[in-house]
Amino acid sequence: MILPSISRSVLRQHSKAAARYATNIHASRTMSTSSSPWSQFEMAPTDPIVGLNEIYNKDDFPSKVIVGVGAYRDDLGKPYVLPCVREAEQILMDKNLDMEYTGIAGEPKFVDLALKFVYGEDSVPIQENRVHGVQALSGTGGLRVFGELMAKHGHKHIYVPNPTWGNHIPIFTNSGLEVRKYRYYDAESSDLDFTNMMKDIKDIPKGSLILMHACAHNPTGMDPTMEQWKEMSETIKKQGLVPFFDCAYQGFASGDPVKDASSVRMFVEDGHLISMVQSFSKNFGLYGQRIGALSVVGADEDEAKRVVSQMKMVIRPMYSNPPRQGARIVTTILEDPRLTQDFLDQCRGMADRINLMRTLLQDKLAEAGSTKNWDHITKQIGMFAYSGLNKDQVMEMREKHHVYCTADGRISMAGVTSGNVDYIANAIHDVSK
Amino acid sequence: MATTTENLSSPSIENNSDEEDEGGRAAFAAQKKHKMSPPSVGTVDRPSSIRRSSLLLSPEWDMERKSLRHLGDLDDDDQIRIAYFPNIPTIQDVATNEGDDDKPAVDVSAPRRSLFKTKTHATVSSDEEWSTASVTSDSLSDFDDNDDHTVTGIWQNVPEAPPDAILGIAAAYKACEHPQKVNICVGAYRDDNGNPYVLPTVRKAEYRLLEQNEVKEYLPIEGDRDFVYCAMKFAYGREMDIENHVAAVQSLSGTGACMLGGQFLAQFWGSDHPIYVPNPTWGNHIKIFKQCGLKVRKYRYYDRSKNALDFEGMLKDIKRAKDGSIILLHACAHNPTGCDPTMEQWKEIVSLISSKSHIAFFDSAYQGFATGNSEKDAQAFRYAVSQHVPILLAQSFAKNFGLYGERVGTLSIVCGDVVQKEHIMSELRSIIRPLYSSPPRHGSSIVKTILMDPALKEEYYQECAKMAIRIKKMRKKLEEALQVAGSIHDWSHITKQIGMFAYTGMDEAMCKQLTEEFSIFLTTNGRISMAGLNNTNLTYVANAIQTVTAGKTITA
Repeated sequence: MILPSISRSVLRQHSKAAARYATNIHASRTMSTSSSPWSQFEMAPTDPIVGLNEIYNKDDFPSKVIVGVGAYRDDLGKPYVLPCVREAEQILMDKNLDMEYTGIAGEPKFVDLALKFVYGEDSVPIQENRVHGVQALSGTGGLRVFGELMAKHGHKHIYVPNPTWGNHIPIFTNSGLEVRKYRYYDAESSDLDFTNMMKDIKDIPKGSLILMHACAHNPTGMDPTMEQWKEMSETIKKQGLVPFFDCAYQGFASGDPVKDASSVRMFVEDGHLISMVQSFSKNFGLYGQRIGALSVVGADEDEAKRVVSQMKMVIRPMYSNPPRQGARIVTTILEDPRLTQDFLDQCRGMADRINLMRTLLQDKLAEAGSTKNWDHITKQIGMFAYSGLNKDQVMEMREKHHVYCTADGRISMAGVTSGNVDYIANAIHDVSK
Repeated sequence: MATTTENLSSPSIENNSDEEDEGGRAAFAAQKKHKMSPPSVGTVDRPSSIRRSSLLLSPEWDMERKSLRHLGDLDDDDQIRIAYFPNIPTIQDVATNEGDDDKPAVDVSAPRRSLFKTKTHATVSSDEEWSTASVTSDSLSDFDDNDDHTVTGIWQNVPEAPPDAILGIAAAYKACEHPQKVNICVGAYRDDNGNPYVLPTVRKAEYRLLEQNEVKEYLPIEGDRDFVYCAMKFAYGREMDIENHVAAVQSLSGTGACMLGGQFLAQFWGSDHPIYVPNPTWGNHIKIFKQCGLKVRKYRYYDRSKNALDFEGMLKDIKRAKDGSIILLHACAHNPTGCDPTMEQWKEIVSLISSKSHIAFFDSAYQGFATGNSEKDAQAFRYAVSQHVPILLAQSFAKNFGLYGERVGTLSIVCGDVVQKEHIMSELRSIIRPLYSSPPRHGSSIVKTILMDPALKEEYYQECAKMAIRIKKMRKKLEEALQVAGSIHDWSHITKQIGMFAYTGMDEAMCKQLTEEFSIFLTTNGRISMAGLNNTNLTYVANAIQTVTAGKTITA
């Protein structure tokens, strides 16, 4: 974790406060406002969009809609707990399991199943037992452990697509890595900026970390085609880069977990020694359980295990060991063929509903009279639609129509329902015509 | 993460070796020879150029900030936007032509260095120390069609990390086949049959959550607010004005709370203020705080020559620490010694801390579990609060609620007024968000369910007291059994000590003998987990201890 992460002037302020506190404390017996060591503190900048919910909650317009939430909602706009998850919980209750600490690396059975889920059981490195990993605190936790690990082992930069999930940047920066971007999305054409992306990748120095979204790129929803992935794989190999995948939507993007893992599996087949973070927040609907995995493909078994031992060194002084319940739920499902099939069906159900909403929204926009090209809404994949609305339009949509989405025009399709799609389409059309 | 070398000139300030890491140290020393190139593990310099505050002042983000009073619920872990850091250099920005070093293309806080010469392929300028491979146009020839398809070299220099000593012992216990083997190593409660114990109220709460079809949505960054509120009342007492004077967040049990507190202090109190931990302390404390970038020093605590508190030494060291230092204190049931100050001694400690303007960082991992009385076990830090000493409190529900594996805890900071509280909350959120976004909800839901239901709460207090009582009984019985076994040592410290552990005074050789000859597994510092003793194994253990300590001394 990085120390000098606040400016010198702020530090000086606090040191002054500390000194002042030290001399003043004799004078006052009460911890008043001024004699407290925290009195000079200022408000930290807030998480930019986290407050979206707050503003939305304060709005009492009856037809208000929020499409900022990155958590799945059913067609009634309600949170959805997968039935297979409920069943798994019941099974676990009946088993009367203890609540002892799990290992630093988490539940071994869970890690084993999680890795097989993404790499595929018949993957060569899996067969050769050279893919190993740890249970992680969902995606964020896995990314942070990875960032700390790589910073500790000589890395100073990481290359991420532009744009990327916002939290990537503070995660890696706080790990001690400098974040750099490679071009990814062309806002003009609402499409992948493939040519420039390849140009930028070719300029990345050898040995650098390159982060890629395994599927359902967040926020744009634009993924490379298989041919494009192939070219990326070859170039990255030629450049000698270190590929790292953020896999947060496996199964949730296309509805088929095997399909959603194709990019990752291709890289592995091509011989890359990849590392990867998986989140089970979206596909299993286990947002609050904080369940994920961080893994590496080693040149051999021993190497992969050594890297895992180093991961544990990062984890132990951070939180000792991970929470058990989420891991137990996923394990219960994935180790049972029927529950696994249920999961696949329910996950596909979520993806299908989202895709239906994409089509519906595009149709409704045309119906509303919009002459703009909204093809990107159905071209994009995953939870979000990168609408192309600019900030002013987004703000107007909030104020005039009480439709809330993030400032970059990113719409969470999960928040769109058959009940509100008309309203949303009209709002979007109104601010963009 | 940054490590700092501490000033070793004072005699009481020891090298911060982790006493509990002994098992791994030899292996680790061997590993150190095998260096990573370039920097070896644990000694990497952080790019000091990355300064957070300038990056936080982006215009878009400021705009959002103005319309937000404070953080709301985190519904969406994707909701941070890139507006957060819009000025991160892109490839195009970084690639400059020769001679452009003094004219940065992008306003980043880092002093710009030319990393690329666009004429040849990326060459790294000589002042870049990080390169694991120097990138010249030659190196591109490493990869051509004739090579095999594996990209080698990424992980090959990664050494094996030293194993965790305590877990190593637990593993050895598991593998042992001796019929009378005893595990008195790991600090988790066991019932009188030697089995893990899930509190009945915990089970009831879990059942209730299942029946209620509890959702699985994200918690806010700061955690479950109801849970945090209950936890604060539990810790500070009913009369405490939580709303206005306590900034509190849910944490990943005690480790997570210490880590958050350490992060907060390193960033906002200044890393030039060392943290003083008792000697000895829970081994992980030192790793946690070092990892946060704090200077870690020790104050005298336990007197091995008397098997009692070294009160004079403790006061001297706390006094000698420079003003504004952070003093880590175990709220009760000190780990590993079980030796706590008396209330009179606490008053003196708090008074001294106050006069030195130190910050008191309390680690409360055994509230209710130590004496059996939750109110009593909170007296030390409550007294400090009453004396207006600024405190941090790391709270764990692992032992007292038996929720070890669900990672439930809180970090709280007592502050002067609600404005300070809001500011501190905002800083804590900004630390948590890039760590794990939001905490896990299952454990906190359980604790909340129990503490908010008067009937369940009452039952809980009794269940917790029962655990404490059984341990107290075992202490007494062990002392008696040792006398019956013929030991002439003074074992009174075993009954004087409190909490999960007894610091017997046995040395490393005796502990090893216990393990090798008798298959009794414990840490080599002579610490035994009382929870691991029961009516079945008590006599066996007492006899074994008598055997290995007969004719020798158990004081240093």
